[in-house]
Amino acid sequence: MFGDDIDTDVLAPGQYMKGPVAELAKHCLEAVDPAFAPGVADGDVVVGGRNFGLGSSREQAAQVLKILGIEAVVARSFGGIFYRNALNLGLVAVVCPAICAVKPGDILIVDARAGRIENRTQNDSYECEPLPEHLISMIEAGGLIPHLERKLAAELKNGDPT
Amino acid sequence: MAATLAQKIIARAAGRDQVAVGEIVTCAVDLAMLHDLSGPRRIGPVLERLGTGVWDASKVVLVTDHLVPAIDAASAGVLALTRKWAAEHKIENFYDMQGICHVVLPERGHLKPGLFVVGGDSHSTTGGAFGCFMFGIGATEMVAVLATGETWIKVPETILINCSGKLAAGVSAKDMMLALCARLGMDGGQYQAVQFAGEAVTAMPMTERMTLSNMAAELGAQAGLIAADETTARYIREAGGDPGDIERWQGDKDAEYRCTHEFDVSNLEPHVALPGSPANARPVSTVQGTVIQQAYIGACTGAKLVDLRMAAEVLKGRQVATGIRLLVAPASTRTTAAAAADGTLQALTEAGAILMPTGCGACAGLGAGILAEEEVCISTTARNFKGRMGAASSKVFLGSPYTVAASAVSGAICDPREFLIQRCGENG
Repeated sequence: MFGDDIDTDVLAPGQYMKGPVAELAKHCLEAVDPAFAPGVADGDVVVGGRNFGLGSSREQAAQVLKILGIEAVVARSFGGIFYRNALNLGLVAVVCPAICAVKPGDILIVDARAGRIENRTQNDSYECEPLPEHLISMIEAGGLIPHLERKLAAELKNGDPT
Repeated sequence: MAATLAQKIIARAAGRDQVAVGEIVTCAVDLAMLHDLSGPRRIGPVLERLGTGVWDASKVVLVTDHLVPAIDAASAGVLALTRKWAAEHKIENFYDMQGICHVVLPERGHLKPGLFVVGGDSHSTTGGAFGCFMFGIGATEMVAVLATGETWIKVPETILINCSGKLAAGVSAKDMMLALCARLGMDGGQYQAVQFAGEAVTAMPMTERMTLSNMAAELGAQAGLIAADETTARYIREAGGDPGDIERWQGDKDAEYRCTHEFDVSNLEPHVALPGSPANARPVSTVQGTVIQQAYIGACTGAKLVDLRMAAEVLKGRQVATGIRLLVAPASTRTTAAAAADGTLQALTEAGAILMPTGCGACAGLGAGILAEEEVCISTTARNFKGRMGAASSKVFLGSPYTVAASAVSGAICDPREFLIQRCGENG
């Protein structure tokens, strides 16, 4: 769990940006919580406050979370470019104004299609902004590039390379 | 239906007569800007996998700026890859080590009012100063643009910032933006378009207007527009471009804005952002006397010719304080040439400034000029997030070139107006 204004420089620190992304992921959020990258597990949900991912357009900020096994990011609001980048990379990003009720370690089930987050630990649930179907299908395809590959392949099959 | 400037540009790019706020439309991209850090190294392999090639090489501008000149084998490798990619894809508009992308684009006449432009960098909002709808996208989205020549956009509302009054001597566009970041916060733009207008904006040269549009990114805006006028047209012509039809690219008088912020700049004091966020800005008087080790004049927003001249105005005939390092990294090679020709560079170096290579340098923690643990720096750059310019415990204050230069001379953060007033006294 993180507070407001988690920026892209703490998600993907500049000094490791020219190296491999897997290495960069080890330093994700290190400036605000050195225990985050070593301690995070597959399927974890990152919870943020307002304006999560503000700053740079570097999509490694979203990519490192995916590499660390993060299933979804839920925040009160997002930096615009980070939000687009996350979805384009197949990382679920959900806007949820009520998310501040969550406590660290709570078990969350995120249903982006329905716009609902279930908190199994507190036996509660929160409304969130549902993602439109075209974005859900892009995320399910694994992101924009696999989505585009499928589209191009389909166009080729129909004899329309444009 | 009355339309904002943003709506007019998006409608044109979408091949429509008009578009409504909130609509999702697909737009043809007029120009795509890439740089070394987020460009070919990340885009190349994916584009290859798609097998489409670049949709129109003449509409691509590629700039090396983030990792130049190479400081280690890793950055050298990225640059080599970038150069190879430019050659393979026959990118004619390839500016290798010529300056920071946001400054190089207008300098070389690539921007004009009405264009729909994407850039692989969050400060792409800078292009808005020329009446373009220009915004930052990530590398994956850039691949889709390069493959198809299109991208989707949700038509944004526009927040109007009406800047009235006249800036006092020693106060600049950077002070205005820091004050606005403090007032509106870093999600004050809410990924909407922000548009700057009013007599204070009209009075500015293009290079100062670029600072407003650049730091619209810090307000959380998708775009930072300024409607074109004769100043815009003159700049574009001098850069060898064609400004086109300026009258066409104005918002309608009765267009609907999400809101209008009135901002009277007449009594604005120089502002400094405290470490952590540009939104931590406050009048310089509140942090006067904070001891620094480094002063940095650099980056797209803080080392254009106008910025170097501001610094020179303070530094001429003075010396950087003992034990303080003042680093100056001009924003482009043309900036360096112009500053050499008019004596600006001489004023800086005679004062003890260290001249650095052109490029993004220390701003994003990639180039030379990095900070050690606990070191304090005042910088003309746009962002001061934790650890951005070096060690996690280093502290970066943001200020105008006037303020940074004055602080370098006194060894601690100070109000530059004292220096300028003294100068007036000396002269007259």
